[in-house]
Amino acid sequence: MTVSPSVAENSPTPSTAAGLRAGAAGGTRSATDAHPDVELIGVTKRFGDVVAVDRMNLSIPASSFTSLLGPSGCGKTTTLRMIAGFEQPTEGEILLAGRPIAGVPPYQRNVNTVFQHYALFPHMDVAQNVGYGLRQRKVAKAEEQRRVGEALELVRLGGYAKRRTWEMSGGQQQRVALARALVNHPTVLLLDEPLGALDLKLRKEMQLELKALQQEVGITFVYVTHDQEEALTMSDVIVVMRDGLVQQMGGPSDLYEQPRNRFVADFIGSSNFIAGTIASSDGDDRVTISSERGLTLHGRITDRSASPAIGDTVTVVVRPERLEVAAGDAATATGWTAVAGRINQGTYLGDQTEYRVHTDQAGELIVRLQNTMGANIGQSLGPGDPVVVRWREEANLVLVA
Amino acid sequence: MTATAPADEGRLASPRPARAGHSRAGWLAALLVLPAAAWYLVLLVIPLGIIFVFSFGTRAPTGGYIAGFSFDNYAAALENSEPFVTSLTLSISSTLLCLLVGLPLAYFIATRAGKRKALFMVLLVIPFWTSFLIRTYAWLLILGPEGITGFLGDAFGAPRFRILGTEFGVLIGLVYGYLPLMVFPLYVTLERMDRTLVEASKDLGAGRWATFRQVTLPIALPGLITGSILVFIPMMGEYVIPEILGYGQVYTIGSALVLRFLEARNWPAGAAYAAVLILIMLVTITLYLWFTNRGRQTRDVSVL
Repeated sequence: MTVSPSVAENSPTPSTAAGLRAGAAGGTRSATDAHPDVELIGVTKRFGDVVAVDRMNLSIPASSFTSLLGPSGCGKTTTLRMIAGFEQPTEGEILLAGRPIAGVPPYQRNVNTVFQHYALFPHMDVAQNVGYGLRQRKVAKAEEQRRVGEALELVRLGGYAKRRTWEMSGGQQQRVALARALVNHPTVLLLDEPLGALDLKLRKEMQLELKALQQEVGITFVYVTHDQEEALTMSDVIVVMRDGLVQQMGGPSDLYEQPRNRFVADFIGSSNFIAGTIASSDGDDRVTISSERGLTLHGRITDRSASPAIGDTVTVVVRPERLEVAAGDAATATGWTAVAGRINQGTYLGDQTEYRVHTDQAGELIVRLQNTMGANIGQSLGPGDPVVVRWREEANLVLVA
Repeated sequence: MTATAPADEGRLASPRPARAGHSRAGWLAALLVLPAAAWYLVLLVIPLGIIFVFSFGTRAPTGGYIAGFSFDNYAAALENSEPFVTSLTLSISSTLLCLLVGLPLAYFIATRAGKRKALFMVLLVIPFWTSFLIRTYAWLLILGPEGITGFLGDAFGAPRFRILGTEFGVLIGLVYGYLPLMVFPLYVTLERMDRTLVEASKDLGAGRWATFRQVTLPIALPGLITGSILVFIPMMGEYVIPEILGYGQVYTIGSALVLRFLEARNWPAGAAYAAVLILIMLVTITLYLWFTNRGRQTRDVSVL
């Protein structure tokens, strides 16, 4: 089934229109397609002395699955609540489909939220819950029933219309909350860590399901999470936040392959960090770095806007799966970085084996090997064994910040 | 004892302690219930039985009771139905007024009072630290000619205006006296309510009033029912407030019962009055519960 937001449903009610900038967009979908669905311009939110969101500029592409990712207290939920209308920005402006929405109350915004603990109405059955938004808009009874039925089919809860919500499992309640929001065909669907309360296996299933659902309905999803894996799995765009500031925004592979600073490199995936200074530069993004302990590394600067000078301190990031470990000595081949060390610890993880290798030149390095050959060399490397850790120079990501 | 004995013993004995524990728990439960059961038997069931039996008897020449079986007392009670009407009117309107005052108050304390929540609850309880009689007498001064009535009478040039001795005066006293009993259960349900439900409602397009009507009120309903019943039942039999604030001119069931039992010493007539009162309450509350529970699907979270 398709959920195509019709013009009539998306056009604001007369009272809303009065609160919006006159003449903008004309209320039709096609006219607003030129705009990102949600735009934040210099948005700051202060609670007393605490700055929850700091001069945030953000533009969320239409029909994308965008995640706001960061540790707790980074301002991601506050951002979501400002888009929903539960909080007002202290400074700055939020545009929804190209129109400023300052002062528009939540019940007049064409935005719906899936709450962290679902917030299903306990005194209503599933169908009544899902139809709640339609009833507020005085949709005819038959139409309501039809759309509630469709929405429940969409989230695979076809036969559950008359169920009581508190009798359902967490995953089912989650779906009811989704259906209740999607049935209104919002311009943007906001999701506030909706999978947090589910167990791991169910969470993984729901991640894929949510992604598929988003692609099916084509509605912009703004998803708040602190789980980087979840964000990587589902998102088209990830916005990494910390202390109310956007650290980096980009696709999952951009963030993983081109982290712009140490926080992003550390928060997304795991990393080895090697501190050093710039020894030489090719004038573009390729630099040579001497580490604090005398290792020479060639790498690329990830943040193209930064132009560091010779002698600046930088951090080199290498992802653990880009490293190889083998018994032997450190003969350097061109295009490779190699360091000698000793195994500290080896941990067998089933699909891979993780080694912690102590090296003199680069400190402790984490190496992750895929166990593609069954019981492979992992068995033959034990604590204390002298090894060489080596990796291709392409794996060296140079962080200026 | 051999080495194997404990194991065997354990295997055989294991179901037994469980059963013994079960019956012990049964005894314990019985023991816990016993005082309350005795209380109800001696102070509720037996007196109710006596009242029921007495209501069919006749008055002894010197007062008291002579066994008999006639419906004369009921006929007399129904013929002289004024106190029933007065009490019902007063109780229903006071309950509504309690609700009207109590619901916003409970809502405010539960959702808007923030850190001062505890303070407000204490303020609500403080009047209970003083004797009920003293508080009611205080209303005599407040509502009397030296108080509001005098002031209003002078202000509007109506020297004969009075509140004391009228049903309105009694109404004020009743609402004042019973308001906390309405506020507490309402406060508990509203306090326990998940606040994100209100956000969810607004998020789905409902304004303030629509949210209150469709979400807050239905969820607070158990508290509302509990509060109404807690307030309504004692009001029906209330004697002291109408006597003091009504100057004996508001003739309630309480007054009627006192008159029959104590002054006329006509126990059977009083018993018939009491029986009718119980019947009225049963019918009223059953109807009320039936109405308020109609079509409701909530989990039963009654605080009664």
